[in-house]
Amino acid sequence: MGDMILGIETSCDETAVAVVERASVVRSSVISSQVDQHAEFGGVVPEIAGRAHVREFVPVLAEALATSGVEGKDMDAVAATVGPGLVGSLLVGMSAAKALSLVWGVPFVGVNHLEAHLYASFLEEPDLELPLVVLLVSGGHTMLVLMEGHGRYRLLGSTLDDAAGEAFDKVARYLGLGYPGGPAVDALAEEGDPRAYAYPRSMVRENPETLPDDRRYAFSFSGLKTAVVNHVRSDPAAATADVAASFQEAVVDALVVKARWAVEATGAKGACLGGGVAANSRLRERFLDMCTATGVRAFLPSRAMCTDNAAMVAAAGWWRLRSDGPSPLDTSADSNLGLSLLG
Amino acid sequence: MLILGIESAGAQVGCAVGGHEGVLASAHSGRGRRHAEALAPQIDFVRRQAGIELSEVGAVAVDVGPGLFTGLRVGIATAVALAYGLGVPMIPVSSLDLMAFPARWTARLIVPALDARRGELFTALFRKVPGGIQRVREANVCTPDELSAELEALDEPALLLGDGALRYTEAFTGLRSTEMAEQGLANPSARSLVQLAHARAMREEFVQPWELEPIYLRQPDAQINWSTRTN
Ligand SMILES: [Zn+2]
Repeated sequence: MGDMILGIETSCDETAVAVVERASVVRSSVISSQVDQHAEFGGVVPEIAGRAHVREFVPVLAEALATSGVEGKDMDAVAATVGPGLVGSLLVGMSAAKALSLVWGVPFVGVNHLEAHLYASFLEEPDLELPLVVLLVSGGHTMLVLMEGHGRYRLLGSTLDDAAGEAFDKVARYLGLGYPGGPAVDALAEEGDPRAYAYPRSMVRENPETLPDDRRYAFSFSGLKTAVVNHVRSDPAAATADVAASFQEAVVDALVVKARWAVEATGAKGACLGGGVAANSRLRERFLDMCTATGVRAFLPSRAMCTDNAAMVAAAGWWRLRSDGPSPLDTSADSNLGLSLLG
Repeated sequence: MLILGIESAGAQVGCAVGGHEGVLASAHSGRGRRHAEALAPQIDFVRRQAGIELSEVGAVAVDVGPGLFTGLRVGIATAVALAYGLGVPMIPVSSLDLMAFPARWTARLIVPALDARRGELFTALFRKVPGGIQRVREANVCTPDELSAELEALDEPALLLGDGALRYTEAFTGLRSTEMAEQGLANPSARSLVQLAHARAMREEFVQPWELEPIYLRQPDAQINWSTRTN
């Protein structure tokens, strides 16, 4: 089985192509972000994203190939994200990947974007020990996963409403901090007091046993967003930095407390973060503290590896190819694709 | 020169390969608009039917629209990746040119009308000229009633064709000098694409994969679809 994989990621607002060897050596990783094109709308506009992927794809591919030092004909497989994500965006990368697999006469591998995020940590730390608790937090997803082996996952819990990144975007928008909201809130919170306001932490208790099984690892952020909006409305004099810091603390509290419960209940050897919100400095700090306190090994991927990129897609593709073989050329994109989980 | 053509702007998706001997092989499917699933297997099938290797392809032709955005992007993304991977140039052709081309035998004004959804059509006007057809009015997006009014004002024999014309037949029934083409001419075809592109290839009318411009004709809806980002 070949080792040199071209990865393609176009599930949301980043056009990315990477060349990765044996799921561990990143030969190149090129990302073109459309964030400026969506900023005025306060979120990703699907049709704008689809058009930008078409425009950006060839230049990004060309740069990824040139900087990798690997020629197309020496590629062993082409992997692309096939879901979850915006369907009009997914189709661009998936279609291009199938075409390149035909040109080079190599397998096409469809990759689950969530699984790719799980593999981002393995790219930087190939010796991570299993089982591993992964907290995956981004604009589209918030979930706690127990990774028992390669391709073997148990979903412990996920958000019942908004994703954590979405809550950051919505609150930032309300506070007039611009888009994307995560980095803006993170920066402003530095100057605020995280204990200034006691915003609600949904389904967080002293003792996890008091929560029903299906709520123990679940998240909910829409009530928090409403609480922040109501508070600012009733108290216009509240310092924005204090609001941002207190809001961020409430999100981080819920995430870290449930990650700790997961680590304690599963006996995992390690815990790691993934997804765009994993770049949040407060979350990184608190997550590391939690791992130290529980005595498990922590891994925090670099900020570049937290956000959407194609190196993680190539890495996940390499593992998928080894376990399941190539994907058929008539594979569909699936905007709601879930992780294939253990029963 | 062998040309591989990809067409996915309308309800169908198709692929053909050909050169100076004409079209060597082609495939079309039109079921359920599953363009992204159908296209790559079609390319492999057509290549085998034509008895060629993809490395023998000298240029990739593609329908650049106007058309239905999602399908259009499947064809364009596939075509640019093929051309870039093969290291060959591209020949962009408009969907409306492709629809008018098979009707080039008529002396009537040729009026392709592709269903643009939301009660609108993508249209243009063409006329037969020595050696082919010529566009006499640029592509636009309009309602069936607006196209009907335009044809009424022109008041000359016209041939209306396309899935959009067939869908809104009632808008055109009052036009005395307009004839409606049948189902066989309702969609842009990959066969026509290869034929048209071959003539352009002889004149070296190429673009590079990074220069290809889709023809959308509509601004994107600035609607944020939060639900598709959330699991
Ligand atoms: Zn992501």
